[in-house]
Amino acid sequence: MKISLATVGFAVPLIAGLVLAFIGHPVVQAPPQPVTASAPAGSLSAAAAPPATSGFVLNSVSVELPTSDTAFPGGAKADAITANCLSCHSAGMVLTQPDLSKAAWTGIVEKMIHAYKAPVAETDVAAIVDYLQETKGAK
Amino acid sequence: MTRTTRRSFLGQAGLGGLMIVSGAGWGDTASAQSTVDLPLPGGPDRRAMTTAFPQKGPMILQRTRPPLLETPFEVFDRGVFTPNDAFYVRWHWAVIPTEIDVASFRLSVRGHVDKELSLSLKDIVDGLPRVELAAVNQCSGNSRGFSEPRVAGAQWANGAMGNARWMGVKLKDVLDRAGVKPGAVAVRFAGLDEPVVADAPKFMKSLSLDHARDGEVMIAYAMNGEQLPLLNGFPLRLVVPGWYSTYWVKMLDRIEVLATPDESFWMKSAYLVPDTPGANMKPGQTGLAMVPITSMVPRSFITNLKGGETLKAGAKVAVRGIAFGGTTGVKAVDLSTDGGATWQPTVLGKDEGKYGFRQWQTEVTPPAGDLALMVRCTNDDGLAQPMTNNWNGSAFMRNGVETLQVKVA
Ligand code: HEC
Repeated sequence: MKISLATVGFAVPLIAGLVLAFIGHPVVQAPPQPVTASAPAGSLSAAAAPPATSGFVLNSVSVELPTSDTAFPGGAKADAITANCLSCHSAGMVLTQPDLSKAAWTGIVEKMIHAYKAPVAETDVAAIVDYLQETKGAK
Repeated sequence: MTRTTRRSFLGQAGLGGLMIVSGAGWGDTASAQSTVDLPLPGGPDRRAMTTAFPQKGPMILQRTRPPLLETPFEVFDRGVFTPNDAFYVRWHWAVIPTEIDVASFRLSVRGHVDKELSLSLKDIVDGLPRVELAAVNQCSGNSRGFSEPRVAGAQWANGAMGNARWMGVKLKDVLDRAGVKPGAVAVRFAGLDEPVVADAPKFMKSLSLDHARDGEVMIAYAMNGEQLPLLNGFPLRLVVPGWYSTYWVKMLDRIEVLATPDESFWMKSAYLVPDTPGANMKPGQTGLAMVPITSMVPRSFITNLKGGETLKAGAKVAVRGIAFGGTTGVKAVDLSTDGGATWQPTVLGKDEGKYGFRQWQTEVTPPAGDLALMVRCTNDDGLAQPMTNNWNGSAFMRNGVETLQVKVA
């Protein structure tokens, strides 16, 4: 899908306005502003500052996070990785990885087990590495 | 902040080297309606675009659980502040509370202090001086997907960064309330997120005591004038200006003053870089000292053109983008159209603070042919982006001069 630049700049009026303001006055530079943690008047000196009364209000939040239904492809060949590698992260963690050497994949599986305490059955390690090597191994 | 509608999002999807295509994604597919191709060398480059995450507009889905959501690059052309609903998301462990009650939430301060504290949000928001600061939050591994040879980890393009105006209180003020005891050396931070497996290392990070008390490190309860989206760390997040995001602990609920250096996993065994200039090494090189990643280095990007597009020969075209200096401000952004042999200065936009994004722009009138646009930021310390990218085993701290290839006809 291609849309011309003009469309892009005007898609959101507020933003387009900002962009245009910037484009419209390319030689006008705002003077440098104070750069350290700048606070509303009065609040830089802790002793003198009264508690902020302008009361920033925080509201409780309740949300739902989506789950992933992405499965490792490959049928029965994927049984070992499916059984061991989906408890801490969804399959996307693995499927987005580039093709890596067998040594690199072995290292990753070892890291999951030793550093992140992945409960992987010792007898499944070879099958997992083989699957990774076959589906995402450096050629 | 403007909420991006699906229509306006699609309207802008052509920018930043991204291309919307339809079809099944290679990665996770949380109710995705469309996909995007990131130009990662060797792939896989297809990702789902998702609108399934709370308080978020369309995001590039890198991983559903725990969420890794990348900011679509065209967002960076719209101004220097990254809208909250487009701000990238990165979690390590999947046990993330989905309900936060502002009345019962407490931030504890413990360890090597005179008086342990348990602060309510009201104590923090109403009881301590408020500070505000614009700062870039960038993942240590932003742009990892471009690293060659490729390395494992979240396969980000350039969108694991964002700039916000953070509002909160100074960490120093909180530490002073507790009273740091003599002999303290570091301060450790942790949030409400928990590992899935009981004996796995909880995510915690620490700063030296001096850094923690520098008056700039803050505990933020708002970004861009609103409370933080849950996925960006609601209700409290540490802000460590100039430092990589790994230190910006989300859902911060415990602060621990340490009398001995932090030896825990995420400081000692993860987020390490080779102790070499630019964290650069050769693939396969061994025997290098590894040290915790710390402060950011300058970067700059073109945001209004996309790779492969065709410009009109002999016509003036505006080129603009964003830059940031890392631990200090942007001194200059220069553009080269001859492979880096010569550089022309660009005009910088309003300075919103030395830790934030700074917009830049210039014009070129290119002759017909292939054109490589290179952009280079030099920060106020005189540190400029290198012409070639670094390499290390985690693809951390990538900041080489970016090149955008376009055609002119
Ligand atoms: C006990 C939890 C756990 C299990 C089980 C687990 N992992 Fe991981 N994995 C992690 C954590 C934690 C990370 C780092 C998280 C992050 O960076 O977001 C990670 C990261 C990864 C990465 C990215 C590279 C890296 O080193 O960060 C890959 C690839 C990966 N895991 C593959 C696997 C495979 C294959 C399995 C099955 C053998 C597996 N994981 C099982 C916890 C786990």
